[in-house]
Amino acid sequence: MATPVTTVPDRPATTAPGAPGAVPRLRAGRRRHTPGGPRRSVLLTLLTGLILLYSLLPLVWLVISATKSQSGLAHSFGLWFDGHFALWDNIGQTFTYHDGVFVRWLLNTLLYVVLGAGGATLLAVLGGYALAKFSFPGKRAVFAVVIGAVAVPGTALAVPTFLMFSNMGLTNTPWAVIIPSLISPFGLYLMWVFASEAIPTELMEAARIDGAGEARTFFTVALPLLAPGIVTVLLFSMVATWNNYFLPLIMIKDPDWYPLTLGLNSWNAQAETAGGQPVFHLVVTGSLITILPLIAAFLLLQKYWQSGLAAGSVKE
Amino acid sequence: MLKHSRRLLRGIGLVSALALGATACGGSDDGGPSHKAVSEADIQAALKKGGTLTVWAWEPTLKQVAADFEKAHPKVRVDLVNAGTGNNQYKALQNAIAAKKGVPDVAQIEYYAMGQYALTKELTDLEAYGADQLAGKFTPGPWNGVRAGGDGVYGLPMDSGPMALFYNKKVFDKYRIKVPTTWDQYVDAARTLHKANPKAYITNDAGDAGFTTSMLWQAGSRPYTVDGTKVKIDFSDAGARKYSGTWQKLLDDKLVSPVTSWSDEWYKGLDDGTIATLAIGAWMPANLASGAKSASGDWRVAPLPQWTAGAKASAENGGSALAMPELGDNEALAYAFLEYADAGKGVQTRVANGAFPATTAELHSKAFQDTAFPYFGGQQANKVFAESAANVADDWSYLPYQVYANSIFNDTVGKAYVSGTRLSAGLKTWQDASVKYGDEQGFTVSTG
Repeated sequence: MATPVTTVPDRPATTAPGAPGAVPRLRAGRRRHTPGGPRRSVLLTLLTGLILLYSLLPLVWLVISATKSQSGLAHSFGLWFDGHFALWDNIGQTFTYHDGVFVRWLLNTLLYVVLGAGGATLLAVLGGYALAKFSFPGKRAVFAVVIGAVAVPGTALAVPTFLMFSNMGLTNTPWAVIIPSLISPFGLYLMWVFASEAIPTELMEAARIDGAGEARTFFTVALPLLAPGIVTVLLFSMVATWNNYFLPLIMIKDPDWYPLTLGLNSWNAQAETAGGQPVFHLVVTGSLITILPLIAAFLLLQKYWQSGLAAGSVKE
Repeated sequence: MLKHSRRLLRGIGLVSALALGATACGGSDDGGPSHKAVSEADIQAALKKGGTLTVWAWEPTLKQVAADFEKAHPKVRVDLVNAGTGNNQYKALQNAIAAKKGVPDVAQIEYYAMGQYALTKELTDLEAYGADQLAGKFTPGPWNGVRAGGDGVYGLPMDSGPMALFYNKKVFDKYRIKVPTTWDQYVDAARTLHKANPKAYITNDAGDAGFTTSMLWQAGSRPYTVDGTKVKIDFSDAGARKYSGTWQKLLDDKLVSPVTSWSDEWYKGLDDGTIATLAIGAWMPANLASGAKSASGDWRVAPLPQWTAGAKASAENGGSALAMPELGDNEALAYAFLEYADAGKGVQTRVANGAFPATTAELHSKAFQDTAFPYFGGQQANKVFAESAANVADDWSYLPYQVYANSIFNDTVGKAYVSGTRLSAGLKTWQDASVKYGDEQGFTVSTG
């Protein structure tokens, strides 16, 4: 609250196109932000910087550590390189250790993401569109159920799900991970909100008047408009499925069906085993490889994802 | 989030333990799952017929044993699954048992966790297979472990962990410290070392239930008395006072490193000499050799320091058995594997790959005793271990819910490691919490 009002920096930030003098001095007790030149605060910048540093530090550590051998990890300072650059060696070992089981885990994770997150997105898009643009009896009840489902943490359902799947004979199969991943109440809700804002009802009416059937209206009119929302939901479900640890942990016992998260953890646990061999360097390198596809997905889909988040926030 | 889910899982385990505990209390022991005696002929027939055997174990040397077993019995397939280490595997096992589906035929269970499954009859009593006649084959500590209270044999000992003092000779020589033979000397050594090099510690201890119970065991304390569902917990006997008094000195003067065991920091400390000793089970050499490679040649093994000068008491630390969950299939086949891995040819295979045996024949064999460890500068360390195995104090028992008790160790005794709480007060809190939990689970728990 005690933010000083005279903290206008001398130079305008390159991103703020307003003239230097355009930032008005605030009168006592009044705070106003002009759209062209938002007021900058040293304190906020500092805080953001700190948080940025805080979030990047583990990543930096990871990248640096992946270049070290097992003994290098033990003998050198964590945030700087060891004399011996072992990254390529580590990557090679990660892919070949234990008969190349890492590749298998990578493929499993991809399978879970493609089927689980892909399916979740598909269901969310279809459901969200239907809920936003059609009215039918019981719609309010569906709304209540979806909102309620958003509030239930997945972990709370894990054990009941386990028992149910066990009765159905599905535990220890990939289905035990894929089927629960298909359900994404938050994705459905997001799609619903997005669809009701992004597709003008008038446009659908026009399409209908022109003689398009419901399917055609959906595919040719609605779907392109929904693209940013779809990407957003897809990214959410991808990240959730890619990082999923607890569900596979209780569902899957066969290391051949492990996703990367479980597999890397089992390598880590080797160090705690009597007679086991610590392979921290492989765990670190494997972790780095594991996050690369996610980073790639974010960078490639970034523009859709940003417009997706902002969509519907402004009334035009 | 993970913590919550763990709690949930535990809940599941409890519910089933409670339900099963209740049936056990009902006195249906005689009528329980009736096992007629299984003869050698039955086992041979099962081996000939073949089938698939699911084994949940994390022990690395079992891989070779399973391969050999398949070779010897071509129709048998051993599906060796690493379902997690220790606690994680127990949770998985408890879940499978609760769901009555996907229960393995054979499971690796540590001695401290044995009682939990034995009491609730979730493990097959191997007396029906004549396992009681194998008693003489195993050293007393592990055998006592699989007897879990005394009225059956709930597994065959796979490995054992008679304790010894591993110490970094290079560090000791550098600061001219004599290898301690009593715990008082150990405290002195800790002082000398830390004074000479403030970065170096005699050992690490961040609060570890397994280590503490082993230390109590050696000190002659018998905190747990178990008689069926009647349990007594008492951390105030003379042995416990000896231990907490001595260890308190180390904590008070910050003479132990607060590094958690098995972390990368820990391996680092063992490697660079800032953690100078470990009082730990005899299975440790393999981990030292692979985890603290560059300290090769620096370490040696000595008998565990004593509470009374000249005594020779020792205790077990860790170690596990292979057991057969009651709900598993292929029982004859499973037993054949158990016998092969823990009492037959598999033992040599495992010892050759670095495991520490629980069988007297292997412990006393010349080849085993004469093995020179390059890591220990050529020392015949197995001699020290074998002597320790012979000197393990008897009559120790764990709680029938030790897995739970260990899981709350850090919330109770652990306080002594991070704040000014006295170790003895921490033990008292642990005792109270364990009593309360036992009562809730349907045990009759008393204190000292």
